[in-house]
Amino acid sequence: MTNTTLTTLRDQILADCTAAPDIAAIEALRVSALGKKGSITGLMKDLGAMAPEERRAFGQQINVVKDEVAAALESRKAVLEAAALEARLASESMDVTLPVRPETKGTLHPISQTMDEVAAIFAQMGFEIADGPDIEDDFHNFTALNFPPGHPAREMHDTFFLPTAEDGQRYLLRTHTSPVQIRTMMSRKPPIRVIIPGRTYRCDYDMTHTPMFHQVELLVIDTATNMSHLRGCLQEFVRTYFGVDDLTTRFRPSFFPFTEPSAEMDIGCSRKGGELKIGNYGDWLEILGCGMVHPNVLRACGLDPDVYQGFAAGMGIERIAMLKYGIPDLRTFFESDLRWLRHYGFAALDIPSVTGGLTR
Amino acid sequence: MKFTLSWLKDHLDTQASLDEISAKLTSTGLEVESVTNPAAGLESFIVAHIAEAKQHPNADRLRLCTVETGTETLQVVCGAPNARSGLKVVLARPGVTIPATGDVLKKGAIRGVESQGMLCSAGELKLPLEGDGIIELPADAPVGAPITQVLNFDPVIEINLTPNRVDALGVYGIARDLAAAGLGKLKPINSAAVPGKFESPRKVKMRLLGGDEKLCPQFVGRTIRGVKNPESPKWLKDRLNAIGLRPVSALVDITQYLTIDLGRPLHAFDDAKLNGDVGPRLATPGEALAALNGKTYTLDPSMVVIADEAGAQGIAGIMGGEPTSVSETTTTVFLESALFDPLNIAATGRKLLINSDARYCFERGVDPASSVTGAEIATRMILEICGGEASSMVLGGAAPNHVRMIAFNPARVKSLGGVELPAADIKAILERLGFVVAGSGDAWAVTPPSWRADVEGWQDLVEEVLRIHGYDNIPPTPLPRAPMPKVALTAQQRQMAFTRRSLAVRGLNETTTWAFLPSAQANLFRGDLPLVTLANPISSDLDAMRPSLIPNLAAAAGRNAARGMNDCALFEVGPRFEGTKPGQQTSVAATLRSGHTTARHWAGTRRAVDALDAKADALAALEAAGTPVSSLQTFKEAPNWYHPGRSGVLKLGNQVLAAFGELHPGVLTALDVKGPMVACEVFLDRLPQPKKAKVGSARPLLKASNFQPVERDFAFVVDAGVAAESLLRAVRNTDKDLITDIGLFDVYEGPHVGEGKKSLAVSVMLQPKDATLTDEQIEGVAKKIVASVEKACGGKLRA
Repeated sequence: MTNTTLTTLRDQILADCTAAPDIAAIEALRVSALGKKGSITGLMKDLGAMAPEERRAFGQQINVVKDEVAAALESRKAVLEAAALEARLASESMDVTLPVRPETKGTLHPISQTMDEVAAIFAQMGFEIADGPDIEDDFHNFTALNFPPGHPAREMHDTFFLPTAEDGQRYLLRTHTSPVQIRTMMSRKPPIRVIIPGRTYRCDYDMTHTPMFHQVELLVIDTATNMSHLRGCLQEFVRTYFGVDDLTTRFRPSFFPFTEPSAEMDIGCSRKGGELKIGNYGDWLEILGCGMVHPNVLRACGLDPDVYQGFAAGMGIERIAMLKYGIPDLRTFFESDLRWLRHYGFAALDIPSVTGGLTR
Repeated sequence: MKFTLSWLKDHLDTQASLDEISAKLTSTGLEVESVTNPAAGLESFIVAHIAEAKQHPNADRLRLCTVETGTETLQVVCGAPNARSGLKVVLARPGVTIPATGDVLKKGAIRGVESQGMLCSAGELKLPLEGDGIIELPADAPVGAPITQVLNFDPVIEINLTPNRVDALGVYGIARDLAAAGLGKLKPINSAAVPGKFESPRKVKMRLLGGDEKLCPQFVGRTIRGVKNPESPKWLKDRLNAIGLRPVSALVDITQYLTIDLGRPLHAFDDAKLNGDVGPRLATPGEALAALNGKTYTLDPSMVVIADEAGAQGIAGIMGGEPTSVSETTTTVFLESALFDPLNIAATGRKLLINSDARYCFERGVDPASSVTGAEIATRMILEICGGEASSMVLGGAAPNHVRMIAFNPARVKSLGGVELPAADIKAILERLGFVVAGSGDAWAVTPPSWRADVEGWQDLVEEVLRIHGYDNIPPTPLPRAPMPKVALTAQQRQMAFTRRSLAVRGLNETTTWAFLPSAQANLFRGDLPLVTLANPISSDLDAMRPSLIPNLAAAAGRNAARGMNDCALFEVGPRFEGTKPGQQTSVAATLRSGHTTARHWAGTRRAVDALDAKADALAALEAAGTPVSSLQTFKEAPNWYHPGRSGVLKLGNQVLAAFGELHPGVLTALDVKGPMVACEVFLDRLPQPKKAKVGSARPLLKASNFQPVERDFAFVVDAGVAAESLLRAVRNTDKDLITDIGLFDVYEGPHVGEGKKSLAVSVMLQPKDATLTDEQIEGVAKKIVASVEKACGGKLRA
């Protein structure tokens, strides 16, 4: 055996390797060269017959060739594998423009979302959420709130009544969430800071009124909260809710039986071109009614008006939702039209938070 | 209430502009609803002089005018018959907007002749002026001046009067408020007594007795003889017309005028038509009266009338009677000025459905000290306009004592109102409003004027001061708050919030439906609950309170189907009503699905909704609310609005937490909607509440085993009626430690298992904790599982 033979063998194998058409040919070549009975392996057997010096030198040469051949085979194999994969992928094609399998997207009603937004803002100011029954009695809905006897709101014309009960009471559907103010003041001691969102009812059904609607009210009772806090609190609220940092507000004297002094708050807006925009554009939009809790209301709840004081405010949930989200018609809130629910509704995970972003 | 600017200026000496007045009215609480200024937008119309008007060469009815503006001479074609030489007219030049049409005037040619402007009629300028054709201006009108300087426009202001502001029922009271707010000086009003020239032949007789006196505490009258009752003078008619009142005759108009001017209604009877003494009494049952509005009213004894000896001649404080009304032949009047009980007037007005300015004043509360002064002012006006002479006053009853003292600490303006104001300013404001302030330091004694019945306590005084000082001067102060806010929601409120959002995650659309429904539908869905109806529903199909949320959701799905949207998945979280009293309501989360789970799709992934979709909704809602759903058991005990075979309830112990299933086809027919529909109702008030005692939020330590889990499949043949849940429970109970998961992967009914049987195939996951399971151990557990299933539900391993 000579070096020439080894070189010839190596060249032959490498040529075969380069010419190998597929992975099977590479494998066959590997066996024929490096397998137990392979041509290179066979050369190793001849080593025994050599002199030690020669054996070492030739052995080293064989090992070099062996490594060279193994590397060539690996490399050729990788090339062929890549080509095979490419060929397979070329045959595996799908129409990725196909529409995906349908999933239904749920939504939250704008009333729920708006209530959550309002709650998120007032929670930052230390308010808790209170609730109460939809069916109320005259005391909680009217008398304790300082509605005089004979007030028009007490008429069948304005308020839904249930038939006179066996106990002689004429129960009614609450006309505002204010009875919960009474229930709160009667059941716990000041300091009180609550918001009261909920369903309310009035006998009215036209373009701008529905017999059922939603309100949120605020109640703060302690010994120091004054009208300046009322204004500050509401100003912070409208600025955060509408996302207008410097939104101007206007306070006007007004009248409600349950507050004294009473006020209405306007926010800046524009009505140019018949389109309503919230912001400092010089025009005003009435947004809510409020005031300092009337001494007679405090008295009705067992609180001394010379000691305790605080404020109450109330606004329509649908109204502020309509203003913020540009929903044109109040009545559509209650029609359950899927197109409307999907269009004006909110994603399930769109959870309002003052710090995480109130509105997406 | 409406009034005009010049009317206000009769009482208020001010240089303020209309805009300033308007802004101040709103800021003192007299919210301006509208200001109608006829002059607005007319600033660019000018006075012009027709130098010559001649026939248009090409048109019979048109005139060709040479018009001078002082700076230029224009040629204008005009069609008005009154366009003539020498006339002062209103000229619109090209570029101005014509109010009636909103169009911008352009230069143009009319019948071949150029017209360089337009001469305007009252109609084109939307002005309330009489006469046809173009406006004829006074001969001394300065040519070239804007017409707003020449025509006398009186803007009409309408304010929205809150019911407490009895002091502002009249223009005079409004002027007083503006003066107090610094917008000018209130002019005094002459209410001095008009001396009687003779004794009134007609006397007052108070016929309200036995406690009813309070319905009319005071009634004063006066005879005025020798009067004429012509049309009112122009200024008076203009004012009434401007605010939408119809002038009738001088005597009627004077009473109308004073009602608006002072908030003091009065009535003038034709004295010749009265019989004997006049005064208030209760109406007799069925007593009829022909009122001034041409209608006849039947009265009852809850109402007060003004009567003479012959009968009722007027509905007290609301409307006079036709038979005793004044006419052009009236020569003697009997003037009435009285005080009535607001609640009684309001009740009578509502019963009779009469809205009059008098009622408007009396039901809010007329100044109790104004009966006599009002009569004096009216007398003076009648004598001035109608002539004649007045008798002395005849009096019945007395003005109630309105004097009361309110203890007031001026520091309250800061402590309640949040405004820092010197005591002197506070005092000045109160005094300008007519309050009498005595005392000093922190102990003031404040006496409200007679016209402020609404002021009761010190809080009202704070409001008066803030109002006049301006609410916009209240500085906004943020509410003091803790460094970190508390949790705002109760546990139950959080449960509800999670439930709501988890249902939306499941692809359901939240809706809000009425709390009302037709009682026929309520009856289908109320089970043992009482029917809760309203005494005065908004309409007959919204006459009951809902005992379930399902019918309104079903109706909503029906409406959507009618619009072609057949696949509906709705939910609502809200109250159901279980009784007629406060508190007899519970919160429910309800879902309703109809049609298919998804839209049609090429991958064929769609299927019709079934009861298990509703069950899945219920379980998702329960899980979101923190209920241990693995402890729930399903029973086929759903209420009768569900399909009896395809429905169930989910119980925790004995408590039904939810009902679900396909809705009963008969019920759907009654609701007039097409099925099938599936629904669930989750009773949120019955869910277990998280224990308050729980400390910390750490979860039990996870003990994940390192040993190989083993999965084994079993197929059992059981009777077709066996509930899958009982079989699964039997498997689980075999070895709760070792069995960590069970799946039911096949249900088969058919020839291979025999009639009345079914096969249930389950996969069971065995998870050893201490060592890898040996074949013997696995075999042992498998045997126990088979035995347990056989014992619990007669199941046999499928061969």
